[in-house]
Amino acid sequence: MASDLSAFYILLKRDLTLAYRHRAELANPLLFFIIVVSLFPLGISSESKALQSIAPGVIWVAALLAAMLSLDSLFRSDFEDGSLEQIALSAHSLPLLVLGKVLAHWLVTGLPLIVLAPFLGILLFLPDTAMLTLIATLALGTPVLSLVGAIGVALTVGLRRGGVLLSLLVLPLYIPVLIFAAGAVNEAARGFPVAGQLYFLAALLSLSLTLAPFAVAAALRISLS
Amino acid sequence: MWAFLHKFSSPKYFYALSGRLIPWFGWFCLAFMLAGLYYGLFVAPPDYQQGESYRIMFVHVPAAWMSMFVYMVMAIAGGIGLVWRIKLAEVIAASSAPIGASFTFLALATGALWGKPMWGTWWVWDARLTSELILLFLYLGVIALNSAIEDKRTASRASAVLALVGVVNIPIIHYSVEWWNTLHQGATFTKLDAPSIHISMLIPLLLMAIAFKLFYVVVVLKRARCEVLERERNSSWVQELVKKYET
Repeated sequence: MASDLSAFYILLKRDLTLAYRHRAELANPLLFFIIVVSLFPLGISSESKALQSIAPGVIWVAALLAAMLSLDSLFRSDFEDGSLEQIALSAHSLPLLVLGKVLAHWLVTGLPLIVLAPFLGILLFLPDTAMLTLIATLALGTPVLSLVGAIGVALTVGLRRGGVLLSLLVLPLYIPVLIFAAGAVNEAARGFPVAGQLYFLAALLSLSLTLAPFAVAAALRISLS
Repeated sequence: MWAFLHKFSSPKYFYALSGRLIPWFGWFCLAFMLAGLYYGLFVAPPDYQQGESYRIMFVHVPAAWMSMFVYMVMAIAGGIGLVWRIKLAEVIAASSAPIGASFTFLALATGALWGKPMWGTWWVWDARLTSELILLFLYLGVIALNSAIEDKRTASRASAVLALVGVVNIPIIHYSVEWWNTLHQGATFTKLDAPSIHISMLIPLLLMAIAFKLFYVVVVLKRARCEVLERERNSSWVQELVKKYET
């Protein structure tokens, strides 16, 4: 029998392969991210000053919404074809397996956001000095979004219309990430040090990395019962 | 001790006991509320800065306290239900959520009414207002999840997980928001031995706080009784009860 860790790798590889086979679906949250950001200059003003001041908030709110929209696919197909039940029934530690699924999900939805964000920063005239901070906050923040969001998905996966409910459950929990991340980018744009906010984000990441898998596992067991 | 707890937590016994307790709590609540309102509205002197309008504090502050207290009760009851599968704890958690949301809404509404004459605006994005608003969102999430799941016991357990996640998040949200922006006056009292409030205003405030607590107990017991009847509708004691009322 395979060890817990190898089960983790197998699940990770399986989810990445599955994601690779459905490449077109992966692009949707990213397109959403780009379109939402490009709506703001149209809705507010094309002036570089105005856009510069809202750029960190806009990029982060759009990233938040894109991350939330992509969450639904985390457990949905596995729930529908019954493999989620098999995963929950397996002898391996469910929190660890959940972590593998969330990691795979983040690699295909969170990581591309980080790659895209600097280009959107340019579109909104974000100063170059803030670019690195934007990438750093996204690198620390988007895993938190995936981990915390997974709790919400696990609670609503059994429901037929979980989509709107999911946003109601998850968005309030995203607020600390938004505050620290957008705050850090704002400060960086003004040329202030941002180490404090990055430490906070790192703390949130380690907290959610250690606690969220257990909450997800508990929530999955409830949804599957 | 354990035998008593098991007996008390059985829905049938709870239904009978709470029926006898509610009038007591209700009358005590009324007495405290009348005394608190009398002292607050007529006896306490006007504030040297805020004049008469500070008196809304006697509703606002207890409501804000209750908004957090009820969330804790809900989360703890939910946790107990999750771990020991005690039906009554699930019922208490489920019936607390709407009450807590109402207290939160009351705190926000009275805060807006107080803010208009004092700060000149209904709403500011101040730390404590914002975290109270987020608390309201958390309550609404729990209520929405509770009503979205058909099976009552599954719904209770799912919302218990959500409430516990919320408990971990509340301090984080509170401090992140505080760090983000603050304008609110300092807490009315942080230490009981040296409150920044005069005794003539403290007494009605505490009376009102006790009245609000008792009010919560009355309402939560009433809601829990209805919930128990609904959940236990197939059990023999509920059917006997119904037959008794029918004849």
